[in-house]
Amino acid sequence: MSRLAAKFRALKKINRCALIPFITVGDPNPEFTVPLMHAMVEVGVDIIELGVPFSDPMADGPVIQRASERALAHKIGLRNVLDIVKVFRKTDQKTPVVLMGYLNPIEILGYQNFTDKAYDADIDGVLTVDLPPEEAKACSDLLNEKNIDTIFLLAPNSTPERVKKMDAIGRGYLYYVSVKGVTGAGHLNITDVDQKLTMIKQHTNLPMAVGFGVKTAKTAQMIAQRADAVVVGSALIEKIENNLENPEQAKEEIIELLHAMRQAMDR
Amino acid sequence: MTKKYTMPDERGHFGPYGGLFVSETLIEPIKALNTAYQKYRDDADFMAELDADLQHYVGRPSPLYHAERWSKKLGGAQIYLKREDLNHTGAHKVNNTIGQALLAKRMGKTRIIAETGAGQHGVATATVAARLGLECVVYMGAVDVQRQALNVYRMKLLGATVVPVESGSKTLKDALNEALRDWVTHVDDTFYIIGTVAGPHPYPAMVRDFQTIIGREAKQQCLAQTGGLPNALVACVGGGSNAIGLFHPFIDDEDVKMFGVEAAGDGIETGRHSAPLCAGRPGVLHGNRTYLMADDDGEIIETHSISAGLDYPGVGPEHAWLKDIGRADYVNITDTEAVVGFHELTRTEGIIPALESSHAIAYTSKVAPTMKKEEIIIVNLSGRGDKDMHTMAKREGIEI
Repeated sequence: MSRLAAKFRALKKINRCALIPFITVGDPNPEFTVPLMHAMVEVGVDIIELGVPFSDPMADGPVIQRASERALAHKIGLRNVLDIVKVFRKTDQKTPVVLMGYLNPIEILGYQNFTDKAYDADIDGVLTVDLPPEEAKACSDLLNEKNIDTIFLLAPNSTPERVKKMDAIGRGYLYYVSVKGVTGAGHLNITDVDQKLTMIKQHTNLPMAVGFGVKTAKTAQMIAQRADAVVVGSALIEKIENNLENPEQAKEEIIELLHAMRQAMDR
Repeated sequence: MTKKYTMPDERGHFGPYGGLFVSETLIEPIKALNTAYQKYRDDADFMAELDADLQHYVGRPSPLYHAERWSKKLGGAQIYLKREDLNHTGAHKVNNTIGQALLAKRMGKTRIIAETGAGQHGVATATVAARLGLECVVYMGAVDVQRQALNVYRMKLLGATVVPVESGSKTLKDALNEALRDWVTHVDDTFYIIGTVAGPHPYPAMVRDFQTIIGREAKQQCLAQTGGLPNALVACVGGGSNAIGLFHPFIDDEDVKMFGVEAAGDGIETGRHSAPLCAGRPGVLHGNRTYLMADDDGEIIETHSISAGLDYPGVGPEHAWLKDIGRADYVNITDTEAVVGFHELTRTEGIIPALESSHAIAYTSKVAPTMKKEEIIIVNLSGRGDKDMHTMAKREGIEI
């Protein structure tokens, strides 16, 4: 069983919804990432999604685009990301780590080479925004061999047929993108999310994470009542962007928001 | 004659290239587009409307012109120019925007978006949107907005909203990123008119099919005017829509050589160029697998070309395939060589070519002298140079 599957099974037993922060590796500088990851674990996050910086983040809104640009200014690419995870793993072998990004860095590294390197770095899951199930098999077969989960996105306009497709090839969890749009866009509509999750759950038993548009503890709480995991990204990265001169302040504010979310979700 | 070449397969693959690499939100709208396209490409009413528009609105067929004086000057093959510069709006781009806009109308979409580099595709899109009364938003890199100010003004006159894109390298690729972001946000009412033979399936095949009017006409015209097929075809390649439009109807004619001309910018050896087929590697960007300019981490490298329309780090997946199977040759021309070609055609034939097309012109002046006088080259003169007056004047220190 993968570390992600074990994590969700354990959480289900204690009836707890997973909190998953998303941060871009190397934003605002490469030294910031590992201490932040440890601090987030301490405040009660269950899984960490790490954004791999990419020059052309087509599915991301301005906040995560700028995070990517800041990291790229430090020349942080996929290979550095894997090295940074290795550093994190020296003192944390328990928290599942998922890489989230775009396909081209993986293509250029080569699927086999990437799989080997991800295995070395003890990565648990890979979520590639522009790799739908139609094109994913060559890569996900290799990852599966190493017990690394391939995670797929579902959108508000995904049909039941799509959900079945994701269920067949996806592992770890499925990530429901709660708004039609880019990351950080607008606010999610809880009624729509309810309807959609009801449909999705008819066709899959994989744990469901919900993200895009989760900005406050209150939203996180509402999602927690309905899904297996809450993903928060842009709202955290905004803290970094608002404190570029003082990253320690950014870290404090990130931890504060995650703490508030955790408390609201456990209520 | 039976067709031997049938690419792409039904999932949009040209060998390992092409495909459907998009985020989940775009899967359903792309499926709907593909269904509509497959339906209407065989629909007599749709094709009749398209043909009528191409004839009466665009002004097709475009002439195939024997550039006798230039041919004589070069002392080799006879050069024929396929005059896409004479189309309404001044380039080949309108062949595709007319087709996609008619499709948008049939699909009940009320809002059109597009990306543009040189502004030719933006103008061609704004034009058809004005004619059909559709809302139109064009994304354009902030750098391109500067260097193609004239086309920006044209688009605005036509009623389009031009959005300067400030992210990344502020050129065509970033405009494409932004258009994709718009599309995922407004999928219900919006039709995305991609301007080249790139993007997720079915765009590379669909845009190609709308552009093959160039090659189909050229073939007939060449047979009628010279009694035979050409020996070689030459076209510039950015995304590659004008080139594939000319090449595709000749792919099964194995004796016809094909040269796609990429932009070498300051020179391939300087790294400052836009020539992924000549000096790039396979990767995935903007919905398809193709040759790209990318570094060892897969980050896209900034490109350079004097011609905004060629300033793109990728290329249509069908060109990647034609390169790999050796059916077409991909060569490159520097900024300086393109400028020489620009002047040469202007002074010899009284035709001012676009800087994009000037790359094809410049390569022709290299290859024509190596061929026999009775041999024939067709060059795709994909656009006219009016839009480049500022760039050329500035380069020569002249203020207009």
